[in-house]
Amino acid sequence: MAILNEKTTEQLKKDFESLKDEVNLIFFKESSEKCEHCKDTEDMLEEIAAISRKIKVSVFDIDLQKTEASKYKIDKTPAIAILDSAKRDCGIRFFGIPAGHEFSSFIETLKMVSSGESGLLAKSKEILKKISKPIDIKVFVTLTCPYCPPVVKLANKFAYESENISSQMLVASEFMELAMKYDVRTVPKIIINEKEILEGAKSEKEFLKIIERVSK
Amino acid sequence: MPLDFFLDGQNYEKIADTVKPSAEKLYDLIILGGGPAGMTASVYASRKMLETLLITENIGGQPLLTVAIENYMGYQYITGNDLSEKFSTQMKQFPIAILEKDIAKKIFAEKQGFSVGTKSGKKFRAKTLIIATGKRYRELGVPGEKKLVGKGVAYCTACDAPLFKDKDVAVIGGGNSALTSVIDLMKIARKIYLINNLDTLQGDPILQKKIKSTGRTNVRPEQMFGYSVIEIGGGNSVESITIKSKSGETKTLLVSGVFIEIGLVPNSDFAEGLLELNENREILVDCSSRTSADGIFAAGDVTSVTEKQIIVAAGEGAKAALGAYRYLVNKK
Repeated sequence: MAILNEKTTEQLKKDFESLKDEVNLIFFKESSEKCEHCKDTEDMLEEIAAISRKIKVSVFDIDLQKTEASKYKIDKTPAIAILDSAKRDCGIRFFGIPAGHEFSSFIETLKMVSSGESGLLAKSKEILKKISKPIDIKVFVTLTCPYCPPVVKLANKFAYESENISSQMLVASEFMELAMKYDVRTVPKIIINEKEILEGAKSEKEFLKIIERVSK
Repeated sequence: MPLDFFLDGQNYEKIADTVKPSAEKLYDLIILGGGPAGMTASVYASRKMLETLLITENIGGQPLLTVAIENYMGYQYITGNDLSEKFSTQMKQFPIAILEKDIAKKIFAEKQGFSVGTKSGKKFRAKTLIIATGKRYRELGVPGEKKLVGKGVAYCTACDAPLFKDKDVAVIGGGNSALTSVIDLMKIARKIYLINNLDTLQGDPILQKKIKSTGRTNVRPEQMFGYSVIEIGGGNSVESITIKSKSGETKTLLVSGVFIEIGLVPNSDFAEGLLELNENREILVDCSSRTSADGIFAAGDVTSVTEKQIIVAAGEGAKAALGAYRYLVNKK
């Protein structure tokens, strides 16, 4: 059975007409039963790739291809790393199936990488260029959370604009142990460099201000 | 602002980001709220060359809470998030000063118009006002509730339900949103208490039937009707909820999640005393979006207009802006 319904496929066909450069998706799965959504994620990515030639998917097994897994810092599945047409790692990861509300985060991120334009304010880009310390942004989400995609999209834009920023979307219900470690009881929950903890939606300026502070 | 600004397509990009809110200026119009009504009003006002300030907690409003919209004309299907972004992009093409992360606390009538005192302590002045502050989730107003928001107290069941797998939880309410919340949680939680201060459910029969007919009988909610919540207990996270029956008997239930689904309330508190409100605390407006105070207009879900729809809110926002414009022209 197809993962994407007809309506979504039609919409994506239209959306993907404007894709500019190639986007490379590095997908990690595992064969164990433990990974509930690996198969669905893989099928979904294949269906998306079938819609546009500009989207390339490479599939790896986290247990069998450990070199690649460590290269892309993948320690759990399903995981997707996003690379641009020159195979530059954009620092963007999706852990867990980007379905439900997160489907739009995922598609918007693909379109951003393909277009080469984050759409952030000129001022934000300037600030991001100056960030010289590694910043790790984790965004815990659920697939039923309408407030979550704007945060994930922003974090991904920041990662795209800055070599020093990495962004991870984490589906809390798929990684309950990790969610418990970070005491996630509401989403979106944002963790920056393991120390700065934010809850709820954030505006571009507000989110960036906090990143700037952590980077100092 | 020169007229050619509006004719030059090159300038049509995020102009609003360069216009700063000013405390010194006497604005033609201050709009309170950044949902569909407020954003539409700002575009209409700006096209009438009104100097406009928009004050809002966040840009987007309630459509952000909606997954799929299939009745906003021009789009066969659009997500709430995407529609909000389109509204915001269109608004930001105009020279509108926008103050985010702040809200009106009090409105004062002044000689030249009105002043708006904000929560952060700022003050702005304008000749006219449009109130488009929408609605928010209703809170219980019991001890422990505020402290434990995000720590087990949730107002968005859809968002947070998946985090309560195999946990014991309470849902407060008896309307459609509470019943939908129960249905969501039945797939996830171990035990659900449905606490309702009335003796019967107000939600649609079809939802009640769905709860009764679900496969997992063990998670069908234990219904506690005629009970009101008096306290939510817990240190770093929710541990219990205490309820009281009409006869005064209290019970403490051990739960780790409390989902509060008791509907929405209009954000009209700051207008109290200045504007006439109806029994639901909505701002009374006439068919020209005028409130009981001359020079103050209102639009969208905060008003007494019955239909709470995005397209209606946007339309009312346009009406309010044109009303404010006419008011200013006639005053001259």
